[in-house]
Amino acid sequence: MLEIKGLKVKLEEEDKAILKGVDLKVNAGEVHAIMGPNGSGKSTLSYVLSGRDGYEVTDGTATLDGDDLLDLEPEERAALGLFLAFQYPVEIPGVGNMTFLRTAVNAQRKARDQDELSAADFLKLVRARAKDLKIDAEMLKRPVNVGFSGGEKKRNEILQMAMLEPRMCILDETDSGLDVDAMKLVSDGVNALRDEGRGFLVITHYQRLLDHIKPDVVHIMADGRIVKTGGPELALEVETNGYADILAEVA
Amino acid sequence: MSRAALARQKIEAAEARLDGLILPDGATWATEARRAAEARVRAAGLPQRRDEYWRFTNPAPLLSDEVVPSSTDLPEESPVFGEVDRLRIVFVDGIFDPAQSDALEMAGLEIETLAEATATDIHWAKSVFGVLEEAGQKPVDRSLAALNTASAEEGIVIRATAKAEKPVALVYLQSAPASEAMIHHVIRVEEGAELTLLETGPAAARFSKVMEVDVADRGTFHHVRAQGRAHERLAHTHAFARLGTESVYKSFTLTANGRLTRNEHVVELTGDDAVAHIAGACVGDGSDFLHDDTVFITHDAVNCESRQVFKKVLRNGATGVFQGKILVKEGAQKTDGYQISQSLLLDDDSQFLAKPELEIYADDVACSHGSTSGAIDDEALFYLRSRGVAHEDATDLLTLAFLAEALDEIEDERLADDLRDRLENWLKRRK
Ligand SMILES: Nc1ncnc2c1ncn2[C@@H]1O[C@H](COP(=O)(O)OP(=O)(O)OP(=O)(O)O)[C@@H](O)[C@H]1O
Ligand SMILES: [Mg+2]
Repeated sequence: MLEIKGLKVKLEEEDKAILKGVDLKVNAGEVHAIMGPNGSGKSTLSYVLSGRDGYEVTDGTATLDGDDLLDLEPEERAALGLFLAFQYPVEIPGVGNMTFLRTAVNAQRKARDQDELSAADFLKLVRARAKDLKIDAEMLKRPVNVGFSGGEKKRNEILQMAMLEPRMCILDETDSGLDVDAMKLVSDGVNALRDEGRGFLVITHYQRLLDHIKPDVVHIMADGRIVKTGGPELALEVETNGYADILAEVA
Repeated sequence: MSRAALARQKIEAAEARLDGLILPDGATWATEARRAAEARVRAAGLPQRRDEYWRFTNPAPLLSDEVVPSSTDLPEESPVFGEVDRLRIVFVDGIFDPAQSDALEMAGLEIETLAEATATDIHWAKSVFGVLEEAGQKPVDRSLAALNTASAEEGIVIRATAKAEKPVALVYLQSAPASEAMIHHVIRVEEGAELTLLETGPAAARFSKVMEVDVADRGTFHHVRAQGRAHERLAHTHAFARLGTESVYKSFTLTANGRLTRNEHVVELTGDDAVAHIAGACVGDGSDFLHDDTVFITHDAVNCESRQVFKKVLRNGATGVFQGKILVKEGAQKTDGYQISQSLLLDDDSQFLAKPELEIYADDVACSHGSTSGAIDDEALFYLRSRGVAHEDATDLLTLAFLAEALDEIEDERLADDLRDRLENWLKRRK
């Protein structure tokens, strides 16, 4: 599904290499986790995949079901089914959360030659999904993420994911800032979407999230590269020993 | 240029302009007021490029003999406020059209044309017509308004004696491409009465409008206008308002397109506890677009509130101007004055020129003002696009969000919704 080969990325503004050759393949139906020290390039990878400005790809490819992602506008990638739950969701004063969700859902449907959802159908859907995530109606009315607590912002990301039903979901530290109950809600939200046709790339620092969202594969990223790949046990190893051993071993 | 040379130039401009106009004749109270206004124009002259008060906006196109035609060929759309139950008063090329208008009757209102009112010997309008305009000639000359008083024969005169059951809508239609319109409205809201006045449309290729509004104690006046979308039109409008005790005056203007628009608001809070809100939203596109909001609010009573909220979205070299002043006179304690003017510049070619001013002679007041210019928030834009919203649509969404704060100033939700929907469509159509 998602295939990244030899991806090298530098900052556009300065000559600083961030990703130094990333190889990664997520098959449909799989959940991959990426762990790694702060500043190793995890968020950069998620941004480059979703098309944020400010980075220059100097080498390598990234495809989603064979489509070259790196050539596309962010909205085209979204229409292909790519979704990023942001590490730091953006506040948009003046744009209501509902308007935002409806615009996004219908924009993607349109891009895929589907009919737009009627106002009533949309409302029904959003209410049901919001209820699952314990997001109240008042939060839906407010401007996007404005005044939301850290945990509310993360739940709002998952609500968007649940509404858009993307095929390839990247979650960047969605667990940070969540209390124990919210972690469960969010994980349930993610697990509800798990199926044969869908891939997940879950960036996290903590094993705790992976107790809820059981990964098939765990990668360790360090200094712009995937330095080790293994099963769920790799995350447990990080949890108990930190990165020192792993980094020493691959050095 | 020396001060004397500028003064001479202004007076010459006034002579030249007055020579080209046929001033209304007659022998009623109004004739006197018009002659006095004419004298004001001759004495002060007409604005010139060098005038400090016209620092950012060149007044020349408003004064020239020739009116540059403005295309009347606009994309079809439903009339603004068409869904709102209202009493329609139609002007075509600046001339009242009774055939297209509703009967000038509504409970709680006395409505006449300016021609009718000025033809009578005795009329209440005498205490307002030219009077508020003249009071508004200090501390700066606003001679274009005096010129309008001296020469305008068209307009509507309304006296509200109770709460009007529905809005009065002044609908301006343009039919002749090179039309010029001069309109002068006189309004008095009596004690405890309430009136909502709507204005829509490109009145003419060149439009001069003065509106004098006298709001008595506990009266309420709401004003919502959408200035026409014709691309080449020119407009300069003045609103002069005098507010009594506990009265309310709220005005909102939406401007799209037009080559040159200057909207001046001169408001005097003369009774305690009065409230004045002036707001505007503007979308400008192209290097020949200039929109100027000039506001002067005088606090001359205790515990009054004034609020100015102006937002402009500018692109492709468009220019936005804001000059706003809050003057708090001696003794006007507990004044609450607020002013914000902001622009969203969609490219580097567009510019926003702002001159916010506070002048305060009382010690127990709370006044604040701010002015900002900014670009679209890249983070927000990417966030929207990452959810599948196309670049242009995301820009529109953020543009509307920016303008929303100004539109929120409109109290009547029906009116606000109409303008919001329209703005959305206008933004879409420009692609
Ligand atoms: N726009 C930028 N300007 C300057 N440096 C940047 C920029 N974007 C990323 N970097 C740098 O690139 C490196 C990788 O950053 P990135 O955010 O991808 O790390 P991360 O693995 O997500 O870290 P964390 O676990 O703390 O979230 C860091 O050193 C960061 O400072
Ligand atoms: Mg990160």
